[in-house]
Amino acid sequence: MKAIVSVLGKDQKGITAKVAMTLFEMEINIEDISQTIMQNKYFTMIMMVEMKDTTTIESVNERLQVLALDLGLDIRIQHEDIFNSMHTV
Amino acid sequence: MINTTEVIQTIEMIKSQHLDIRTITMHLSLFDCISDDKEIVAQKVYNKLISRAGKLKQTADFIQAKYGIPIVNKRLSVSPISLIGAASGGYLEIALAMDKAAKECCVDFIGGYTALVQKGMTEYERDFLMTIPEVLARTDRVCASVNIGTTRTGINMDAVALLGDIIIKTAQLTQDNNSIGCAKLVVFANAVEDNPFMAGSFNGVGEGDSIINVGISGPGVIKHALEKVHGMDCAAMSEAIKNVAFKITRVGELVAREAATMLNASFGIVDLSLAPTPISNDSVAEVLEEMGLSTVGTHGTTACLAMLNDAVKKGGIMASSYVGGLSGAFIPVSEDIGMIQAVENGVLTIEKLEAMTAVCSVGLDMIAIPGDTSPATISAMIADEAAIGVINNKTTAVRVIPVIGKTEGYVEFGGLLGRAPIMKTTKGDASVFIARGGRIPAPVHSFKN
Repeated sequence: MKAIVSVLGKDQKGITAKVAMTLFEMEINIEDISQTIMQNKYFTMIMMVEMKDTTTIESVNERLQVLALDLGLDIRIQHEDIFNSMHTV
Repeated sequence: MINTTEVIQTIEMIKSQHLDIRTITMHLSLFDCISDDKEIVAQKVYNKLISRAGKLKQTADFIQAKYGIPIVNKRLSVSPISLIGAASGGYLEIALAMDKAAKECCVDFIGGYTALVQKGMTEYERDFLMTIPEVLARTDRVCASVNIGTTRTGINMDAVALLGDIIIKTAQLTQDNNSIGCAKLVVFANAVEDNPFMAGSFNGVGEGDSIINVGISGPGVIKHALEKVHGMDCAAMSEAIKNVAFKITRVGELVAREAATMLNASFGIVDLSLAPTPISNDSVAEVLEEMGLSTVGTHGTTACLAMLNDAVKKGGIMASSYVGGLSGAFIPVSEDIGMIQAVENGVLTIEKLEAMTAVCSVGLDMIAIPGDTSPATISAMIADEAAIGVINNKTTAVRVIPVIGKTEGYVEFGGLLGRAPIMKTTKGDASVFIARGGRIPAPVHSFKN
């Protein structure tokens, strides 16, 4: 199952490393990554990840929300179909 | 490949512009529950609701987490109870069973306490109608609706006359709670059979056994899209609305199909209706004002609303082959912060709202009126709305709340139902007309065979 992880918020050191480590610990593979700093301060990172069918988005989200709280960022994980359905005819 | 712009756009729609799945509504047929014994029919209704909808909340929670989109309400909708209870006369017993099941299934409303009397009314349907006030007073989650006219049949004025009394009686029985019972009663012309929104949802007699219909909303998303075409012409506005309507309808269909599969039900329709809530950036009035009106209710409001309603439908139809329900813009006064403001400023009146209902997707909705309004005046309001619907071949509805004990000021309903300023009705009296009864004949354009 493919999902999109998005990380938005104030830039700081180690965001990519910490998000990647959390995903690694849950045996989730990062297939694509796009990261930029907008207006010199807003960190924006979008990852496409592949996860096992036995892993639920809910359980990954629980872990990511702990990190989001710690870093003061907006972190989401959503099944890729919501983006495909909205933006693809 | 990740398209960052598309991902961020989707996230912003959900996070800042209040895009949500307003309701996943499970429609169930209850024809297999009919019995001539009151207790048996009520028990069968309860059993069917629990067995089919017991996992509705759990399913909605799962989908919400999977796609990261809020699912605000979970609801149930059943076959018209005027038919299901006819053999036994156990209407109240069925309503109590529906209320109990709705609470156990964690759904906020259950629709279908409904009668379809657009042409004629049987004795059992008359008996059913008379139970509405007590049912709405004794239950918390049951919603009632009555269809009193269609373009094919004309308007049943005997039912219209009766409903003026029923609405007042409902208001009186729930007067300790701001006459809230009336917020759970809608009178329709040209009612649709697959509408997932309350209070007017029911499972039509031509529908299947177990269907998932999804209502999706997002006035804030439309407003945001219009902000990007500021100063441009009407074609640009229409395109912007269609573009966004397409996207949010697609999400609705995705969610509806997944919910239907998980609940072993059929996928019915997606209803894309701009349904406001009483917070900023989730208001249809604000959308109309973004189009260039200084305030909703001023001249030009009807034109803007017509274009908005039409563009929403066009975007939705492109996105899904199964767009249904009401699909368009709702204009409930108490549930829309911009509408409330316009009433407070004296710009938005019942007369203007009536004109707006000729081009929006429903009708006079969530309007508080003085508690001393006569039943005949309420019947006349219903007749006017029904006339607009029947002649223009569209759905119209009336959901007014005569607030017993109040003639001016405000009434707080709380939650999604919001806060309503009590609006004055027009002067004069239509009681002689209403007392005539009978049926307004079907319009000439109903003869299509």
